[in-house]
This record gives sequence, structure tokens and C-alpha cells, in this order.
Amino acid sequence: MQRVAVIVFPGSNCDAETIAAARQAGSDAYRVWHRDADLKRPDVVILPGGFSYGDYLRAGAIARFSPVMTAVTEHARAGGPVLGICNGFQILCEAGLLPGGLMRNARLRFLSRLVRVHVEATDTPFTCGYEPGAVLAVPIAHGEGRYVVDARTAAELEAGGRVVWRYTGENPNGSTNAIAGVSSPGRNVVGIMPHPERRNAPVLGGEDGARVFLSMEARYATQHAVDVRAVGDRHLRV
Amino acid sequence: MPRATLLDPQGEAVERALHALGFGEVGRVRMGKHLMLDVQAGSREEALARAREMCDRLLANPVIEDYDLAVEGGGGRGAT
Repeated sequence: MQRVAVIVFPGSNCDAETIAAARQAGSDAYRVWHRDADLKRPDVVILPGGFSYGDYLRAGAIARFSPVMTAVTEHARAGGPVLGICNGFQILCEAGLLPGGLMRNARLRFLSRLVRVHVEATDTPFTCGYEPGAVLAVPIAHGEGRYVVDARTAAELEAGGRVVWRYTGENPNGSTNAIAGVSSPGRNVVGIMPHPERRNAPVLGGEDGARVFLSMEARYATQHAVDVRAVGDRHLRV
Repeated sequence: MPRATLLDPQGEAVERALHALGFGEVGRVRMGKHLMLDVQAGSREEALARAREMCDRLLANPVIEDYDLAVEGGGGRGAT
């Protein structure tokens, strides 16, 4: 069982579902208030959806300066897994942990509905449990979800296999190359606009999002099993 | 202000509304934010330099926005 820190900013509103989804996958998930400097030794950090600081100035612009972000940045720089969902994605972009930025939807309307995404990268801690090329039905709920990057960065993302999820069928918000989620060069930091925590059980209409949380728990369990075998080998040699 | 190369759907909506009202002379419309700051500074240059630092760190996101700065006033308790 891994420790999952879910950061709560003033205006976060998906922390409860995110914690429930992580627990459903077997993780020990807990909240960390944005003013805390201590993440309490997490294996994974999740920045949940919501409207931190009311989206004032720009979505995520003020939250990125919250005291907790120093520890989140250190965790990310050390290779620790970090997932930003929706507003969390916006915060990671504002903090410079992911490239690009998120702007008003091309057709200006707030969108709250199911979309289809294509799983393009399965080498991240949050998507390693999906089949490459899988198509998922997951909800979006955003007014500022149009992911934009300059042409050079877009080419780098594409060439480096860093587009994690891509809208398929239609591009709901007009994002560059229909990108719905990207990863850092090291794959450990991932941002996605759709909400997998809202689609992780049949009672919610589907469970296409569940593997985001199962992926990170399975990855941790595998790593832990390797550690145990290594210890066992040493013991046998003694 | 959204960077010139990026789609600005708010600006486009305003542009269409102006054309619908008969203001056909209007070309492209871009829509951004206007922030007014009261700043205590020893000189206009100092106020400008500090404001530029504020823009670079918080007020603008260079990935998606461009900005312009102007200092108005001066006097009173310092340049404003």
C-alpha cells in the first residue's frame, strides 16, 4: 500500500473523490492542506480538480505559490510521481513542472460532459495499467481547458511520446493537437484535463478512469516486490 | 493579452458583435486583462522595473500571454 498525498487548496473541490478513488485502488490516501510545508512522506502526490483561488488572475496562477508547492516541486524533481487533474494540471503548468498553459475553451462555454480519449503513453506511473491505444470515456468539467504550447514544444512532446491522453472523435476545447494530457520528460509528472476519479466504478456509469489509480498502486507493489526479492537473495547468499 | 499566435475566442466574439452592430471598420479584436497597481517607488524607472518583475513572476504567464507596462502619475507619496 503506497502513501498518496492529495493537496487541498482553497477552492479545490475534487479532493474527496480523488481520495476515494485512490483508496478504492488500495492506496493509503490522505489530505495535505496547501499551507503545510510537509507532505508526510508520500509515494505519490496528486493535485486534484477544482477552482483554487477562484481561478483569479489565471487558473492555478496563485495556487502555484502556496507553501506546499515547494515540497511538491522537490518531490517531482527527485523523480517522485505527481498527477495533476484538471485544476491540478493548470497548477503544474503555472509552476513550470509541465510545459504549456491552459486557456479559455475555444467555444467559451464551460464543458461538463463525457469525452473520449485515446491512451497514447503507457510508460507513466498513472497509465501503465492501460493497453496502448485504449479508448476511454471520461468526464471533463472545465472552462479553461484548452491546452496550448508553441509549435516547437508540441513537436518535442509528440516526438518524445509525452502526449499521455489525446481527445478522439472530437476536440472539445480546441487544444493543440487535441492534447488532453502530457507528461514531463522523466514521465513522473503527468497532467490531464479529464477526471478519472469521477469514472472509477460501475455505479458512476463506468470505470474507465479506475486504472489511473490502479496503475500507480500496481507500479508501487511491483517495485516493492522487487525489493523483497533482493532482500531474499541476499539472505540466501548469507 | 493572449499571445498573438494563440486563438482568442473572447476577442473573436467581441469582433463579431461589433460587426453585427455595424462597426465594419473594426479589424481584429484581442481581449486581455488590465491591472492597475498603486506602487510606492523612488522613480518611474524603479516602478517600471519592479512592475516588470511582478509581471514575470505572477501577473503574466509568458507561455500564453504578452504584456505591456505603462507608468502614470508620479508625485504624492511617490510615483503611482
